[in-house]
Amino acid sequence: MPHIALPPGHAGIRSAMAFRPETARPLNDLVEVLLTGPNSLTRGERELIATYVSSLNCTHFCHSIHGAIAAAHLGGDEALVRQVKTDFTQAAISPKLKALLVIAGKVQKDGKLVTPADVEAARSLGATDIEIHDTVLIAAAFCMYNRYVDGLGTEQPDDEALYRERGRRVARDGYVAVSHEYLETPATH
Amino acid sequence: MPHIALPEGFPGISAGLTYRPETAKPMRELAHVLLHDANSLTPGERELIATYVSSQNNCHFCQASHGAAAACHLDDASVVEKVKADFLSAPVSDKLKALLTIAGKVQQDGKLVTASDVEAARKLGATDVEIHDTVLIAAAFCMFNRYVDGLGTWQPQDQDMYAQMGKHLAEEGYTAPSIRQPLQTA
Repeated sequence: MPHIALPPGHAGIRSAMAFRPETARPLNDLVEVLLTGPNSLTRGERELIATYVSSLNCTHFCHSIHGAIAAAHLGGDEALVRQVKTDFTQAAISPKLKALLVIAGKVQKDGKLVTPADVEAARSLGATDIEIHDTVLIAAAFCMYNRYVDGLGTEQPDDEALYRERGRRVARDGYVAVSHEYLETPATH
Repeated sequence: MPHIALPEGFPGISAGLTYRPETAKPMRELAHVLLHDANSLTPGERELIATYVSSQNNCHFCQASHGAAAACHLDDASVVEKVKADFLSAPVSDKLKALLTIAGKVQQDGKLVTASDVEAARKLGATDVEIHDTVLIAAAFCMFNRYVDGLGTWQPQDQDMYAQMGKHLAEEGYTAPSIRQPLQTA
């Protein structure tokens, strides 16, 4: 049961965004740039970072939906997404992405835990400054989205099929386009 | 020393925002709606929530700059120090204390907020939008703080710089940069 009167019929962050379209717009714009904008990290890699941080924060809605979006980008490989959540060091992902997930995991706890050695490790595996920047910001942003979803006590369904279906749609259309489903005014501008 | 090649002379978040304008735009807009736009919580109250969360996250740049913005709105720097030290004994309204309790829980983990925390705030006059905005301000500063710290940005100790920045933030809000030119880093 949500802590405030969120509009019924929407789950997770969608209910919070429908309640307050003024903040929904920049929240959607930010996730759109970070996770779907042009980037040398693939969309699948960026969604894995978002999924991993959401799983560390134990936010069911976010790690389920972003896990589903990641799987959709990665050819439907749900086992890989589960492996990243459980123990990314054993996952079939690049060493560079593993080094970026180390940084993301530290940012999830406290940005001050990131060391020059962590950054150097990522760089020696090919990470660029923008990739390191975006990893830090994706991890930081999901510490916001996760707390927003949990702190309002939003409904977080257990239905895997729902996340799978919606994940495919977000992977195909992006966040701003899909936000039209729950915002009366399109989040685009 | 920043972890990546951020523009020199830009303190704290202004370095990250200058480095990556594509993400800066929605981040600035979010801060502006939350802290500056019309709201039944005053800008001073909202800046106090931002300052308190930044202080719980031990982020020097954010607590100093938002503390300065709060002091400017409230024309009182001592209340900012009292909120950071122990908000329960600070000279702020009971409603704001109840909202700061919620913000402090969101800072740790959103799941810690209980129905009775929310009921307590509501009984003291908090509206649903005020509770929503408190949760989102606290959550957003868990992002801003981690962004500033996670990039290893330059976080000066110069109080005058924060006072000037606070004045800009209080008067102009967040859509236009408060730091337009690089500062002397020496």
